[in-house]
Amino acid sequence: MPAGYEPLALQDPNPFKMFNKHKDMTVLNDRPWNIEAQAHLLDNEITPNSRMFIRNNGLIPEEIDLESWTLTIDGESVVNKKTYTLTELKSKFKHHTYQLTLECGGNGRSEFNPPAKGNQWTVGAVHCARWTGVRLRDVLEDAGIKSNAVYIGFHAVDKHISLDPDKEPISRGCPIEKALQDETILAFEMNGEDIPLVHGYPLRLIAGGWPASVSGKWIKGISIRNIVHDGTKMTGTAYRIPCDPVQPGEKVKDEDMCIINSMPVKSLITYPKSGATIKEGKVLNIRGHAWAGELEVAKMEYSIDFGSTWKTCNIKKPVNRLAWQHFSAMVNFPKKGYYEVWAKASDINGNAQPMLVPGWNPKGYLNNACHRIAIKVN
Amino acid sequence: MFDEQRFIRLAKMIYQLMSLTFGLVLLISGLLLYYVIDPNFSFFNSKADSLANAPAIIDENRIENGIHVRTGLIDAEGLMTVVNNCTNCHSSKLIIQNRMNSERWNATIEWMQETQNLWPLGDNQEVIVNYLVTNYPTKNKGRRENLANIDWYELE
Repeated sequence: MPAGYEPLALQDPNPFKMFNKHKDMTVLNDRPWNIEAQAHLLDNEITPNSRMFIRNNGLIPEEIDLESWTLTIDGESVVNKKTYTLTELKSKFKHHTYQLTLECGGNGRSEFNPPAKGNQWTVGAVHCARWTGVRLRDVLEDAGIKSNAVYIGFHAVDKHISLDPDKEPISRGCPIEKALQDETILAFEMNGEDIPLVHGYPLRLIAGGWPASVSGKWIKGISIRNIVHDGTKMTGTAYRIPCDPVQPGEKVKDEDMCIINSMPVKSLITYPKSGATIKEGKVLNIRGHAWAGELEVAKMEYSIDFGSTWKTCNIKKPVNRLAWQHFSAMVNFPKKGYYEVWAKASDINGNAQPMLVPGWNPKGYLNNACHRIAIKVN
Repeated sequence: MFDEQRFIRLAKMIYQLMSLTFGLVLLISGLLLYYVIDPNFSFFNSKADSLANAPAIIDENRIENGIHVRTGLIDAEGLMTVVNNCTNCHSSKLIIQNRMNSERWNATIEWMQETQNLWPLGDNQEVIVNYLVTNYPTKNKGRRENLANIDWYELE
């Protein structure tokens, strides 16, 4: 074993205390830390910190010095390279608050067959908190954007799991058009408070509706690029799917993989928790959230007969663009027995959630299959 | 007579001086030799410390009910090769939740070597991959599995 690689410490830190997480959250990985929610934990309209999933590619930074923290805007397509302190950012630019859906690109990975490599997320790698910050557009325009800009890429201070200081664990980004949207912000507050360290304190890029990996944490720099950003986890197979659909298990060359942009339409039944038994003749109230990446959800339906018939749910408009929408329905069961309530959302373009796991891809991204819960009527 | 006595006294003094010098040289070389063997002078550390360390060393690789307690990995041929090579950067939890065939494990190892600073594994690679595919085999999940492990409760 080469020198410099220290075996994992024998200590057993309590992640629930360390990150203020609900006791029913599921720890998938403890180096790096990856923790997900369960469907019923996500019942709040605005997700509180205690129920927000944690996704890390690297190690969480340990010491944050607010006074010396700076954000640098650079890259081939910046007019004037500029550096801002946190105080300058907060005082110079207008503040905006949005509720934004962030879903991990690999949410639902555990269902792919053959299995896909990585953390085996089930349904809980999604949240919709309220983020406050300044528009990325305002900051980029202050530094100046050249007309040849095509992409932005972020740089952060998290450490690579191998502890190699020359490696960035993750440095992703988005096309300049997404970077310039009203709702793409550099956030310094979450749900009205400082962002918790594990979620990106003191500065996080938030790009709602796209794989949450675009929303980089602990941001120190944004590069305005004249090419598609080529940072860590932008290239190869990371956060990419086959450009053309493939047979399950098929090998796909790197050059045949395309970057994921908007996330697909999806929904989650957050009440009741799966496994409820009710008395015959009783009405079951169900509720949950639906979201559709860049788009709005237009229709929400449920089925208690495995898709033979679908009934409509009430669905609210989003509180702002890119926020999840809340649905509810009153469900009647015809007789005693075992049922599954399946939920299906459709976006404004008519794309609905599939009941089966959608197109297989080597890294197991974009599983937006219908969520379902088990119910027994006695 | 006087001269003879003086000579004897002088000779004794020289003898004592030489013995002292020789003794010192012996002591210093002894200490140096010990330093080469045990640079931390651990023998001189307090006994309480060594006692406190001892159980941790034993505990580190304790097996209970066929499971390597520290990592949660199944105790089988190749366990320690996996522990020593695969749990330095990432947790064993990442290994346990994944199910791959040998071709894809080998590809994953190659990826870790190319991008994640994993060292060359030599003959250990086969040992590791055999351990993984034997103890954590893939299972066919189909297009959608039944809901399992349902925690039934009464809803009021």
